[in-house]
This record gives sequence, structure tokens and C-alpha cells, in this order.
Amino acid sequence: MLARVCTFAIDGVDPRQVWVEVDIRSGLPAFAIVGLGDAAVRESRERVHSAIDNSGYEFPQRRITANLAPAFLRKVGPGFDAALALAVLAASEQISAKAVECYAVFGELSLTGALRDSPGALAVAEGARRATIGRLIVPRERAREAALVGGLQVAGVATLSEAADVVMGSQPPPLPPPKPRPPATRPGPDLADIRGQAAGVLALQIAAAGEHNLLLEGPPGTGKTMLARRLPSILPAMTRAEALEVTRIHSVAGLHADGLLTSRPFRAPHHTISPAGLVGGGSPPRPGEATLAHHGVLFLDELAEFQRSSLDALRQPLEDGHVTIVRGQRALSFPTAFMLVAATNPCPCGFAGVGDRCRCGEPELRRHQRRLSGPLLDRLDLLVNVQRPTEAELRGPPATTSSAARERVADARERQRARLAATVARCNGEMDVRLLRRLVPLDARTDQLLGRAYAVGALSARGRHRVLRVARTIADLDRSPRVTREHVLSALALRQRAGAPGEELGAASLGPGGELVA
Amino acid sequence: MLALPDDELIAALAGRRRPGIERELCRLDVGALRARASVAGLGLICRCDPAYPAQLRSLDAPPAVLHVSGSLERALALLERDSVAIVGARRASGYGLDVARSLARGLATAGLTVISGMALGTDSAAHAGTLAAHGATVAVLPGGADRPYPASRRPLYRRIVATGTILSELPAGAAVRRWAPPARNRLIAALAAVTVVVEAGARSGALVTASYARELGHPVGAVPGRVTSDLAGGCNGLIRTGATLIRRPQDVLDELFGEGVVTYREAVRPPLREELERLLCAVGKGHDTIAALGQSGFSPEQALAGISELELCGYVRRGPGGRFSVVP
Repeated sequence: MLARVCTFAIDGVDPRQVWVEVDIRSGLPAFAIVGLGDAAVRESRERVHSAIDNSGYEFPQRRITANLAPAFLRKVGPGFDAALALAVLAASEQISAKAVECYAVFGELSLTGALRDSPGALAVAEGARRATIGRLIVPRERAREAALVGGLQVAGVATLSEAADVVMGSQPPPLPPPKPRPPATRPGPDLADIRGQAAGVLALQIAAAGEHNLLLEGPPGTGKTMLARRLPSILPAMTRAEALEVTRIHSVAGLHADGLLTSRPFRAPHHTISPAGLVGGGSPPRPGEATLAHHGVLFLDELAEFQRSSLDALRQPLEDGHVTIVRGQRALSFPTAFMLVAATNPCPCGFAGVGDRCRCGEPELRRHQRRLSGPLLDRLDLLVNVQRPTEAELRGPPATTSSAARERVADARERQRARLAATVARCNGEMDVRLLRRLVPLDARTDQLLGRAYAVGALSARGRHRVLRVARTIADLDRSPRVTREHVLSALALRQRAGAPGEELGAASLGPGGELVA
Repeated sequence: MLALPDDELIAALAGRRRPGIERELCRLDVGALRARASVAGLGLICRCDPAYPAQLRSLDAPPAVLHVSGSLERALALLERDSVAIVGARRASGYGLDVARSLARGLATAGLTVISGMALGTDSAAHAGTLAAHGATVAVLPGGADRPYPASRRPLYRRIVATGTILSELPAGAAVRRWAPPARNRLIAALAAVTVVVEAGARSGALVTASYARELGHPVGAVPGRVTSDLAGGCNGLIRTGATLIRRPQDVLDELFGEGVVTYREAVRPPLREELERLLCAVGKGHDTIAALGQSGFSPEQALAGISELELCGYVRRGPGGRFSVVP
């Protein structure tokens, strides 16, 4: 007798439909699983055998062959257990083979017959909806997560026998109540905690509003990390589609189990991270920090301490918004639309600009600069020098609060959405050169200003586009429909140096009283 | 000792390696050297040429041949003019670099040729300041004149070749040996009518230049520094032993031509918009960050835009750690 059950393999962070086919023939008792499974799939024979026995059913003492189709797709992990067990029950006519075909089944079995918590249920649910299979059986812990996908009838079951009962037509158990969250004992980080740092606070808002990548540079202990940690508190809320995508990724990675993630991810990997850890890798390929930061913030503290190869690996994902990892014969694509925030010391000793404390000579500064990947720095739209606040600043009021900043940011985002509605870009940071030319027209004076900035060496060739993108966001925060000269000037002040550290602009060649002054 | 004729020099120094060096000397092919220089685009001028810079003849051992990168005529014309050497530490402070730059700018505006060694730090700042004022500058290199040294100064090298001149006494392609920079310093001291040391520690190579200048009877000036600073020991020592104290370009002109003979007019800064004028004033008072400017009543947006404009005009500079300072 033949039976088949639908389930899903998780390929990277995406679901792929897999049919578990079980055929029982007469012969010596045997149980073979074919279809390119890994060690966990081979071991599932023992789990399925015991689970069926311990659930009050009978494990058929005949020749059983199970096939995981398509056979070319490599199957990883214990998530096929429940589907295998139900298929065996159906093939041995202990449950209805016809009824079981209407269900997608996902979950790991324990020897007792209980369904264990298995990461990735949301991805499976999305797969089921895409494959137009209307009913889904998942472990009870994952039921709420799977139910986030609309148009599915989700049954969260605790044991294999419950799953079999559901298939045979009994009422599925109600969704479990949400896990009680530990009450927030202290408020999250807020911009109101920050004194001084006017430029830093402004740059955070600009970065959040336009999704610009940000570099914070300053001596140790001046508040670079403190600023960066407050970025999530002013980011605009995720749309439902974004939230679902983020939840799916985090569920597959086993970082999240219950319900929808509502806050944007903030990932801060330690600087010893390998390239594979950062962008994804391994065999089978797993998502890296860049993917876990999708639709959120990737914060690299002490940028100069990261391996050069790790930083260089970030370049392409940063540019394209996704990364393709090839291992053996498999190519997997992971989404990586994150905002990069990096922090670094200005020089090897860390104290450049703190009175006379810095003892670094020009060679040391150059070496420090070389440690940072030039092409990566080129992708960072905003540079902020973070300085130690003075005592007067420490005593003064904060520049703004997170709630006020969040409102400004949301308002600026709304303007961008209206302007960019018919384009591929979601925000100013994603505008390409053609969009810039069309959507950010400059008057003659402002254009001349940029020309001057280029001529005196304040801008690199690519810097011009970077400055225009940032200027557009500054104008959005300013609620201005047009980019004015002041917006471009502000953006220029937040640019990166085109030349080496300490090199002066060739500005004197403008001569006294250049047109800039007019 | 380098002034000795070749055979005596070899006898005095070569020791065991004498036969090898003599063989080398016999094999020396002047034609090939000349060909190499012309391939490298270097102009040559010999000690016997009447156009050879007269200042160098006062040296005990004037270079046999001067190698010039760029136009030979322009090089000789630049060396005809009154000239000043601005030298100092490689690991100079931001203040030292500012002083070197502004001295060079002022003296170049007054029509002097600024001579230095294109080393990191003070030397490069002096060249850059001169170029910024469209002045004439001469770099004397410790290696071949066709090789930018240090290599990281290639952009500066190119800018100097375009409008100034690069000199060396060594043939094309010569690498820099340990003895070369002090030997180069004697050329700088001889070429310049006055030598100014901007910032120098007690063991700085700039002091070598100053002592050569004194031996040649050329005036020496030094910019004073804080007595507690390591970087000021050399300069303050020079002043104590009779060097002229240099504060501004006019001090150098007075030393060279006599009190008040040549006056240098500082470029008058045209008035700025009222808001920018206030901002510049605030930066001058030491409000050197956006947050600090906020204390004197500028919103971050205003301050950013204003600083940007002042920076593009060349009135404000971003120093280490991104702190602003008024360009002197």
C-alpha cells in the first residue's frame, strides 16, 4: 500500500515542497529512507519506529520504503519525522491515506510520540500557502507562528496520536495562548539618555529616515556604542510583509519561537566573526549576521578590528540587498537589506582630537586607515565624529527624545514613499544615479557648489551621489519639497574625507572671496 | 671627507673592498648614466656649467651633477630667486603643520621660493602651503629625482613637478640609504638664503639642516614651542643659541632683507555673511564641535551647513578627531 504526505524542506531561509512517499510491501521487516537525507534524516527511522509504537499504533513488520521527493534536493534535519510517521500509518492503513494527503505536516518526533519544537514553522506555513495546501500540522509551540500566515487551517498538536486524530477528522486543539512576556522592568535605550552629541543625534535621524549607512568615529568612551544602540528606538515600524520576512528568517535560525517579531532586528556581532558568519555559509549554507539583520541594523563595533576578509565579504550584500552562497553544487540566496552602522577609533591609540593625548604619527594613521576596507567605507553615506561631551553639555538638556525623533523619521519616510512610489527604491538610500538625476533636481547655485566641493577635493567622484542622497533625506526631515543649498551643505559636512586623514582641502585655491561666499 | 678626490677617498674609506670599488669606478659608463637620466626624464646640470646654481659652490663638496625632474630652465630660474628653506619634524603636531603651511603660504605670496625635502610632516606641509598660494617650491630628494620619496607622497610629487622643481644629486633610480637624508639636508641649507625650523625634537634631522646653514653663514630662524613639549626642544635650543625667533612670514622677510625693507601684505579676508562671521568667530573661540556650537546658539543643522561652507572657502579645517579649527 502506498501513501504520501506533504512537508517542506527549508532551503536556506526558503521552503521547498517535499513529498514523503511510503510504500509497504511484503518481505522481511525493513525500513529504508531514500531521497538524499542527511544523518538526522537517517536516524529518524528509529524515532519514527518508537514514536509509532509508543502512541498506541502498530509499526508494520514488513518491508517499508520511504522516499523524500524530489530526490535531488538535499534534506537536512529532523523536521521530516512527523510526516514520515503519518505516511507510515497511512500506508499501513491505520489512518486514511486520502485524508492525510490534504495536510502539510512538519515537526520532529521524540521516542515517546510527542512532537518537539522545530524551528522554521513560519517558512513551512508560507510554503503550504504557496503550494495551496490548506491545512497544516505543526508542533504546538509553533502553532501561533504558523498561524501568522493567513488562509491556512493550522493545527498545533502535542503528540503524534493527536496529529493522527486531526487527520481523521477530530477538531484540532485551539491555538495556545501567547507566552506571557516578562514585564518590561526598565525602558529600552532612548535618545533622551544622550547629552551633547548634537551631530551624532542628527545623523542617527538622517540615517534612520533614509536608510543611510553610518560610520561613527571617535575616541573610546565617548558614546559611539551608546548612540548606535539607540538607533532601533527611532526606526520606523516594519510593514507586515517585512515583519513576516524577518520572523521567518529568525524562526529558521532558531532565534525566535512565538508570534510575530515587531521590532526591527539589531545585530552586533563581535569583531572576531568569520566571513561565513557575517554573510552566511557552511554546508549546508546557513544565514549569517547580514541576513539576520535583514530590514534592521547591522552594527559593527570596532570596525578596524574586523578581519579584512570579513569586511570585504560584506561589500556585495550591502550593494545588492541579497547574497548568493555557493557550496558544492548548491547555490542559496539570502536576503540582506540591512542598514550598516559601524564604529571605530579615529587612530590606533584612539585619542586623536583629545587635546595632546594622541601620539600617533602619520604612518600609524595611514596604517589605521588601511585596516578599514576602502570600498566598504565608500558605501557608508554618513560620517560622524563623536567627541567627548563637555561638562556644560553633560549638564544640559538632551537634544531630543526617541519618540519625537521617531515621529520626524516616520514623517520623512512617508514623504519618500510618496515620491518613490512608482520606483524600485523604498527609501532615499536606495536611489540609484538615474533616480537621483530625475528626483533630486538642483538649482544652478547648488550645482556649482557641488562642483566647487569636487574641485577642492572635498568629494570623490562617487561622493557626489552619496551627498545628494543624504541631502534629499535632510530635506525630507526638513519637510522641504526641494533640495536647497543648505541641505547640500549639511550633507557635505557629514560626508567622509576624500583624501588622507589630516590632509587639508585645496580650498585656498579658490582665492579670497570665492563665489561660495556670495 | 666627501670633498676628497675619488682615489684618495677610496684609499681612506674602502679598506678591504678597495679593489672591487676601483674596478667599479673603471667600469663606470657615463654615457649609460646619461641615457638612464634622459629615459627617466631628468635634466642634468654639471658643476662645470656656468649656469650651475652659485649657492652650491660655497659647499665643500658641491654635487658633481644636479638631477632635475621637470624643466631645467624653470629649476634654474626658481633657484635664482630669493629662497627660504622650511624644515621640521616628520611627526609634527597639527599646530606645527599649520604653522609650516601658513609660513609657506605667506612667503610664497611675498615671492620667495620655498625649499624643503618632501618628507612626511612639516616638509610636505611647507610644499603644500606654497602650492596652495600658487607659489614656487623646490623639493630636494634624498634618492633619485625620478622617484617620489616617501612613496606615499606621489600626489605631492606630481603637483611639485608640474609647477615647481624636484632636485637630487643622485642618479636616476637611486635608492635612499641611511646617509642620504643628512647629505640632502646640506643641499637644502646651501640652496636657501635662510633656513626656518618649524618644529623639531632634540635629535631631529632638521637640526642637521640648521647646522649646515650656520656653517655656510646663512641665517637660521626657528619657531618657538612649548618648553615642556618634546617636539619643541630642537627649535627652542636653536633660538637660545642665536637663531632668529620666527612668528610669522614678516619675521623671515625682516631677517632676510632687513627690518621693514620688504613688507608682506596679508590677504584681507572679504567680509562673510553675518551668520557665517558669527560661526567663524565661535570656532575661533574654541567651540570646535557641532555640539559646542550648539552652546553658542547654532542649531545642529545651521552649524553643519555653515561649517561646510566655511570649510569649502578654506577658512575652517577639520582636524584630528573631526574637531574644527580656524585656518591661520
